[in-house]
Amino acid sequence: MSSFALFFLLVGLALIGWIVARARAGSFARLGAGRVHSLPSQHGWYMAMWVAIPALLFLAVWSAVAPQLAQEAVLASPAAATLPADGFERAAVLAEARALANGTAYGAFNPASEPLAPVFATAQARYRWIGTAVALLLAFAGAAFAFTRIRPEFRARTRVERAVMLLLLGASLIAILTTLGIFLSLLFESGRFFSIVPITDFLFGTRWSPQVIRASDPGETLGAVPLFWGTFFIGAVIAMLVAIPFGLMSAIYLTQYARPTTRRWMKPILEILAGIPTVVYGYFAALTVGPAIRDLAVMLGMPYASSESALSAGLVMGVMIIPFVSSMADDSIAAVPRSMRDGSLAMGATTSETIRRVLLPAALPGVVAGVLLAVSRAIGETMIVVMAASGAATITLNPFESTTTVTKQIVDLLTGEAEFDSPKTLAAFALGLTLFVVTLLLNIVALRVVKRYREAYE
Amino acid sequence: MNHSPTSDTAAPKMSARDVNVFYGDKQAIKDVSIDVDMDRVTAFIGPSGCGKSTFLRTLNRMNDTVGNARVTGDIRLDGEDIYDKSMDVVQLRARVGMVFQKPNPFPKSIFENVAYGPRIHGLAPSRADLEAIVERSLRRAGLWEEVKDRLSDSGTALSGGQQQRLCIARAIAVDPEVILMDEPCSALDPIATAKIEELIHELRGRYAIVIVTHNMQQAARVSQRTAFFHLGNLVEYGVTSEIFTNPRQERTKDYITGRYG
Repeated sequence: MSSFALFFLLVGLALIGWIVARARAGSFARLGAGRVHSLPSQHGWYMAMWVAIPALLFLAVWSAVAPQLAQEAVLASPAAATLPADGFERAAVLAEARALANGTAYGAFNPASEPLAPVFATAQARYRWIGTAVALLLAFAGAAFAFTRIRPEFRARTRVERAVMLLLLGASLIAILTTLGIFLSLLFESGRFFSIVPITDFLFGTRWSPQVIRASDPGETLGAVPLFWGTFFIGAVIAMLVAIPFGLMSAIYLTQYARPTTRRWMKPILEILAGIPTVVYGYFAALTVGPAIRDLAVMLGMPYASSESALSAGLVMGVMIIPFVSSMADDSIAAVPRSMRDGSLAMGATTSETIRRVLLPAALPGVVAGVLLAVSRAIGETMIVVMAASGAATITLNPFESTTTVTKQIVDLLTGEAEFDSPKTLAAFALGLTLFVVTLLLNIVALRVVKRYREAYE
Repeated sequence: MNHSPTSDTAAPKMSARDVNVFYGDKQAIKDVSIDVDMDRVTAFIGPSGCGKSTFLRTLNRMNDTVGNARVTGDIRLDGEDIYDKSMDVVQLRARVGMVFQKPNPFPKSIFENVAYGPRIHGLAPSRADLEAIVERSLRRAGLWEEVKDRLSDSGTALSGGQQQRLCIARAIAVDPEVILMDEPCSALDPIATAKIEELIHELRGRYAIVIVTHNMQQAARVSQRTAFFHLGNLVEYGVTSEIFTNPRQERTKDYITGRYG
């Protein structure tokens, strides 16, 4: 039986279990069994859980273990005696035999795999059969166990509640474990990179040209400083020069000046800006803003200006970040107690004096935190720079010149042909790790600032 | 009804005639007419929701900051219509200061809190002038001795009573003519309350003070004139001692004897 069908069979059994248990628990009241602790449907859920969960858990484990067992069985069979001794070839032959057995391949490329295919097929069939049998056995055993516990005084409600809690805990752990896993894999791959390239070369080297790595000294052309500079210049300087003033001013307008009706249509529109896919911003940057800025640069006397300038990527990124800064600033200005505002107005201050002298200073920590989060988003932003920034790693203060960023280089390093243990490819992981650590730090700092600020007003 | 219980011939500092206040469709104040005199404390009393705070806020146009509030009628400060187009609300609020129910010092230093008004109104050309104003205001508010050594500490770090006196110092730093106090002691303990009441006594000679209070003993202690509001109406206005000993209106009598409210 395919695992798909088995899954639905188990769900069906759980449903039957639910109905049976509910009916049985429902009969207590009619039998006059005194106080019944849990509702009939809770007994139903308890039964359904016992039918489905152990069997599904077993299947999940089994689906990982069974192919391994099948392969062991094939290797132990007499037909396996002809397998090549070399590990790589051996794996290739086994993979082909499996494909033949499953019917996903129709002819053998390697003749040695052909006699193995039927062996594989029988071994797989056997283990699949065992898996099905054990899963059904578990389902029925669970059902029997749960059925014996359906009694008026049994606390099915408590058990079901606890199961729900565990389910939710599991769901939240998945996010945490995934983050941890990503971090560890980055760390591991970066470790391999740093065993080839000294970390000081990577962090402090000022020459980045991964296309020309010398085997004798790979660190020489893998200095990431130009990338860090480009990322900082585009994401934290140019983009923020756009996003901070416009974001802040729109937040001030929306919280202090706009009538409720204006605010009601203006704020959602601003938020739509945050929902535009970054790739759309990307081609806007590459096709419209980039050439316009090149023309401007030519007019200003830079005849060889590139359309892939730091300015075009940074400007468009800044626009993308505006709603982000605006909504953070909006929240923190709105969090300043109304009494502050009234106090200032009652002193005869105008609205703009009140904003400048009372509201903004009071909201500053929240605004700063919002800006930090925006920076962390900007430096992690990829699509715009992939499309609009150049690949040339230069350290420059001229916004019309082309620079590159960490994210753009990661994409360049990992796309196209790449072998997975060259310093060139591994450098992408080191860059990823650096980015991860920096954005993580920015987020931590921002959250702490926000937290301290919130405490001040409660 | 009698707008002014005094037989003084001096013109009132502020006078209101037929004032109505609406929040949207709801009428919060109905045809209130009242005079406020210089050098006196006028208390507004009445049960919660009677409109006394709303009326207070019309006197320095703080209701302007409430989106759907609408004020009709005529309110004059020294004979000038404060709702007239030519009236600059910034100037008005410099002349009619306000102290709120909950102490609301700005999250700035004690010095900067008091210096706030003089700065925005350009009252102190030099640093020395500013320091003099701050010291004088803090002295008048009875806070100088307690804070003179820590003027750079945050105003929010003071105790509740000190914060309220800081807010009073902040209000008097711009040399107002009228001070409106909206239940200034309702968030304070009895000792801090006593200090504020003492302060009100001292300030009486310089300003026209209007105080909204829930506490009838407080009104009796600090004020010379008392106005009783009920359901948006001004029920009775008179000399405080008379209101409390010999009210003319049945409703006033019921309220001050604790029948409702």
